[in-house]
Amino acid sequence: MALFSLFKKKPKENDAAAAGARGADRGILIFENTSEVIAAENRLKAEGWRIRVMGPPPEIQRGCDLVIEFPLIEELEILRQLETAGSPPLEVVPVTGPLLQPVNLFQTVDYGEWLMVRAANMKICAEKASGIIVNISGGGCPDVPYLAREMVGKALDTAPAPRAIGHTLCGYALELAYQELKRRCSAS
Amino acid sequence: MLCVVGTVPDPDFPLALGPAAMESGRIVVDGRKVPVNRGTPALLGAALSAADVLGLPAVHACLVGDIGRGDGSRRLYAHLERHLADAPWTVLVFHYLQPDVDWHNRVLFAAETIRPRPVMIADAGFMYAAKMSGQAPAYDLFTPDAGELAFLADETAPHPFYTRGFILHEEARVPELIARAYAHENAARTLLVKGEKDVLADERGVIETVAEPKSATMEAMGGTGDTLTGLASALTASGRDVARAAILAARVNRLAGRLADPTPATPVEALIRHIPRALRQMLEG
Repeated sequence: MALFSLFKKKPKENDAAAAGARGADRGILIFENTSEVIAAENRLKAEGWRIRVMGPPPEIQRGCDLVIEFPLIEELEILRQLETAGSPPLEVVPVTGPLLQPVNLFQTVDYGEWLMVRAANMKICAEKASGIIVNISGGGCPDVPYLAREMVGKALDTAPAPRAIGHTLCGYALELAYQELKRRCSAS
Repeated sequence: MLCVVGTVPDPDFPLALGPAAMESGRIVVDGRKVPVNRGTPALLGAALSAADVLGLPAVHACLVGDIGRGDGSRRLYAHLERHLADAPWTVLVFHYLQPDVDWHNRVLFAAETIRPRPVMIADAGFMYAAKMSGQAPAYDLFTPDAGELAFLADETAPHPFYTRGFILHEEARVPELIARAYAHENAARTLLVKGEKDVLADERGVIETVAEPKSATMEAMGGTGDTLTGLASALTASGRDVARAAILAARVNRLAGRLADPTPATPVEALIRHIPRALRQMLEG
């Protein structure tokens, strides 16, 4: 246990990224759906683990997938924590090849009174003065209309976050656009 | 006959099958009502508005509630796999559904047993699954936006979320991305790329571009891409070939948008209300 704690308490760099860069053994945690990945990511990051949300390797892609990448040597402690929390992964798989990187590019359109941010296939638009979300568009997964219904008409600071109520990669992309829009609106 | 398959953002909405109608801004199917604000209901709203003008027979819908967990989509997929072979549809449209390669393939194989073969249109989540499954050429029309076109062009991406950064979704690169999507067989027979300019293409390249009327704020409105797909579906069901239907749909959608005089905060219902007038104007024009 002390050994695992040692790994956990001294994350001097992004452990998963560093392991990938060194070509060291990495593993991925596979869950039933994206909601469970997001919940596990929140839990592990809150506990201090430096893990990365990535795309699965081709041989296990089903359609709307995310996985959590971690240094394989920390498997037992991470699994123990997830099992204690009642959310163990379906499977743990070692990987050696590169994993798909989530999108990290944003496009912004200024409509004068409104600002729109796009991440991957998702767009979110808010009124600058009030911070009210006026529209959400794009995407193709079924939680997009649901997220729009729950978020449009609410202020950026009080709307439910896509990472809290979304379930798919489109929801995850909207989370990135939402955070970028919040950042830009608070900076202006 | 046109049939639209998709989801609504209500976890309690059951599997609803049958002719669709629009009543007081709501889509009604099998006695169940859902607001026309975005997603598949917006597509249906546009298709029903156009069908009324075109004098089409009833537009059918296969809807189910799904808020992204995939449970509703899987229930609908299972129904389609069992019953599609006997369906009378001439145009079959797949829309907001949980992308799942296994279920996509089972539904596609069932659809391909329909005789005569229906025109197959895919957008949103089902288009993602079609591309990822390697079955994109089985479809007659995809209606991606620029970001989704970049995803089709990236042969490694299983979802737009993973489109690689060097494949930038800039409108100026649309012809290049179209060529790349066809080179890797990740496009339908016809593409209608929605954007500042709507671009019609096939494997030979860009066929036609529609840039007018212009409404810069339409991109920020949720649902304008859905209405475009709905219009293209209804116009295809009227007997026009897919390419002609798609170009006319782009013109009607743009005109309806201009008539609605939208801001980024305008809901898509405002555009749908103007579709009958815009379509009549284009047909007479």
